[in-house]
Amino acid sequence: MPILWLRVALGFYALGLLSALLALIRQSGLHRIALPAMSVGMVFHFVSLAEAVIPSGPLALTSMHNAESLLALLVMTAFMIVYFVYGTTSPGIVIFPLVFVLTFAAATHQQPFLFTSPVLGGWLIAHIALIFAGYAALFLSFTASVLYLIQERRLKSKKLSGVMSRLPALQQIDEIGYRSLLFGFPFMTLGLIAGMVVAQATFGHLDFLDPKILLSTLMWAVYMVMLFTRWNAGWRGRRAAYLATGAFVAALIAWSANYFSAIHKVVQS
Amino acid sequence: MNFQLIGVNHKTAPVEIRERLDIPVASLPDALKRLVQHAGVDEGLILCTCNRVEVLAKTRNGSADLRGFMRDYFRVEPSTYESHLYEFSEREAIRHLFRVTASLDSMVVGEPQILGQVKEAYATARTAGAVHSHLDHLLTRAFAVAKRVRTETSIGASAVSVASVAVELAKKIFGSLNGKHVYLVGAGKMSELAARHLLAHGAASIFVANRTHERAIVLAEKFHGEAILFEQLYDTCDRADIVITSTGAPHAIFRREHGELFLSRRKNRPMFFIDIAVPRDVDPEMNKMDGIFVYDIDDLQQAATSHLADRKQEADRAEQIINVEVDRFHDHLQTLTVVPMILSLQDQLESIRQAEISRVRGRLGTLSAEQELAIEALTHGIVNKIMHTPITTLKSAARNAEATTVIDVVRRIFNLTGQRKQDEKDASQAVIEAPDAPEEPEN
Repeated sequence: MPILWLRVALGFYALGLLSALLALIRQSGLHRIALPAMSVGMVFHFVSLAEAVIPSGPLALTSMHNAESLLALLVMTAFMIVYFVYGTTSPGIVIFPLVFVLTFAAATHQQPFLFTSPVLGGWLIAHIALIFAGYAALFLSFTASVLYLIQERRLKSKKLSGVMSRLPALQQIDEIGYRSLLFGFPFMTLGLIAGMVVAQATFGHLDFLDPKILLSTLMWAVYMVMLFTRWNAGWRGRRAAYLATGAFVAALIAWSANYFSAIHKVVQS
Repeated sequence: MNFQLIGVNHKTAPVEIRERLDIPVASLPDALKRLVQHAGVDEGLILCTCNRVEVLAKTRNGSADLRGFMRDYFRVEPSTYESHLYEFSEREAIRHLFRVTASLDSMVVGEPQILGQVKEAYATARTAGAVHSHLDHLLTRAFAVAKRVRTETSIGASAVSVASVAVELAKKIFGSLNGKHVYLVGAGKMSELAARHLLAHGAASIFVANRTHERAIVLAEKFHGEAILFEQLYDTCDRADIVITSTGAPHAIFRREHGELFLSRRKNRPMFFIDIAVPRDVDPEMNKMDGIFVYDIDDLQQAATSHLADRKQEADRAEQIINVEVDRFHDHLQTLTVVPMILSLQDQLESIRQAEISRVRGRLGTLSAEQELAIEALTHGIVNKIMHTPITTLKSAARNAEATTVIDVVRRIFNLTGQRKQDEKDASQAVIEAPDAPEEPEN
C-alpha cells in the first residue's frame, strides 16, 4: 500500500510541477493549481511514509527508497515553511523538480531494508531524520543561492521584465538562504553526532579515513565556515551564494560516498 | 519679429564643452549687459543649466551675429565648440524655446525643473534690464504653453515615474523600505522627488549633503532629515542604504575604492546608488561590485519607458500642442506689425466721432444723463462697426504677408497721415483690446 499512496502523491507532484512550469511561462501565480496540487501530494506522501513506518518500525526509513521519499517530504516541508513565512513560491523553480525526481525514484519499486540487525535503532533513526532535515535546509539554502544569483544578475544587467519578474527581493532571498543555513546547522551537527554514535556502537571504533565519515566531516566543516563568514565577515550576496553552492556540492559528494563506503552501505551494490 | 537663438545642449555637446561655456549665476547680469550691447541685439536672455547654455535675442533685423557674441564673451577657442552649436531664428527659435520650457528637450522628458530654470533666467534678464516687451511677451507665452502641455498630456508623469521606478527597484533589492536610510548628494528637484517617493514608501530617514551647505539644510528640514557637510560625505555615506546623487561635479565622485570602503563598514549590506547627475556621479564600475547596484538616469528612464507604453504618444501630443502654439504665437506676432496702423485708424475715427458730437451737441439742448449715455453708446457702436472689417482685414493680411499693400490701401482710404507714436508694449496690448478682435483663449 505505501507504494500506491506514494504513486498517487507522485501524480499530484507531477500535476503541480507541470502547472508551475506553465505558470512560469505565462508569468502567472502558482496559487490556482500548483500549490493545491503539491499540498495534496504532501498529504498522500505523508500517508505513504506513515504506512511504511508503522508496520515495520522506524527502520523502514533506512531503505534507500524510503529515505529518498523522506528527504522529498522534508524538502517540500521546508518549501512550505518558506512560503508561509515569506509568501514567495519562487524556490519552487528548483524545489518542485527535485521533489518530483526524488519521489519518482522512491516510487519505482519497493526495496528491502539493508539494516536488518539494527544496533541502537533509536540513534539510527535520529541520525537519518536529523541529517535529512539538515539536507533539506541546505538544499533550500542552495536554491536561495541560485535565485539570488539570478535576481542579482537581473538587477545588475537592468533587464527587469520577463519570466523572472516575480522573484522576491534580493535581500529577502538572501535572508531565506541565511535562515535555512542557520536552521539546518544544528540538525546537521546532531545528525552527524548520532551517526558517529551508531558507527562506534556497530564497529567498535570510528574510522575517520572511511570516505563517508571523512566527506561528511568535510561537508560539516564547509557548512560551519559558511555560517562563520556570514556571521563574522558579513559575507553575503554573491560570495555567500557561491559558498552555499559549494556546501551543497560537498553534501552531494558526502551522499555519493554511500557507494564506496565500507560502513555506510544503504545502497545495494 | 526677429528672434534668434544660439546654444548647445546635452544632445549636441559633451559635458566638457558645456562646462567651458558655463556662466556662473553671479556673472549673468554682466553677460546680459554685454549681450544687449552687441551689435544688432535689442533684447536678450541667457539660459544656463547643467544640460544647456542658450542665448536668446530679439534682434533688429534678424541677422545679429550671435556667434560673434559668444566668441567675444567666452574666452574659449571657438573651434572647440562651434561645431556643437545650433542656431534657430524666428519660428524655429520660438518652437525651440517652447519645447525647452515644456521640458520636451530635457534629458528626462517631462522633468519639472527646467520650467523653474527658464523662469529664473527670465527674472535675471528682467532685473538686468535685458528683457523688454518682445521677449517678455514670448516668455510669458512659453510659460503658458508649458503649463498647457503639462495639464493636457501626461508627459510630466514620466518624470514622476522615474521616481517611482527608483522606488520599485529599491524594493526589488531591499524588499521593504522600512527602516532604510536615504542619502541625497546634491539637492536637485529630481532627487527631491525621488526622496519624497522613497519616504512615502516607508524609508526611515534622509541625509542631505550639498556643496552649498545652506541648501542642504533647507532640504533636510523639508524632510525632517539631517544636513551633512559635503566634506564629510565619504565618512557618512555608509550609513545610507539608498544614495541619490545629482551633483554638477564634472567627474565621478563615487568610485570603486569608495564602494569598497562603504561595503566593509556596512558588513557588506547592499547599497543602491541612484545617479541622476549628468555627467554621472557614480563610476559605472561600481555596479560590478558585489552588493552595490548602480542605476543612472538612462537606466531609470528605460525602466520607466517600459512602464509607460503610451509615453511616445504623450510626447507626440505635446509636440502637437507646441506646433499649434508656435503657429498661434507667430500669427500673433505678425499682427503686431499692423498695430500702429490700427491705432492710428482708431485715433482718426475717434476724433471724427468727438468732433461730430461736439458739432451737434449744442443743437440738442439739455439732455438727461441717460440720453448722454445713449449718444455715447450709439456713436461708439457705429465707429466700432465701421472699424471691425478693416481691422480684421489688416490682421489677416498681416498673417499672409501682404501687409504693406493692405496698409497702404487702408491709409489712402481713410486718409491717415502720421502714425501715432506708441511703444510696442502698448501696441500689443491694443491689439487685444481692439473692438471685436478675436479673443486670445486663456489656458
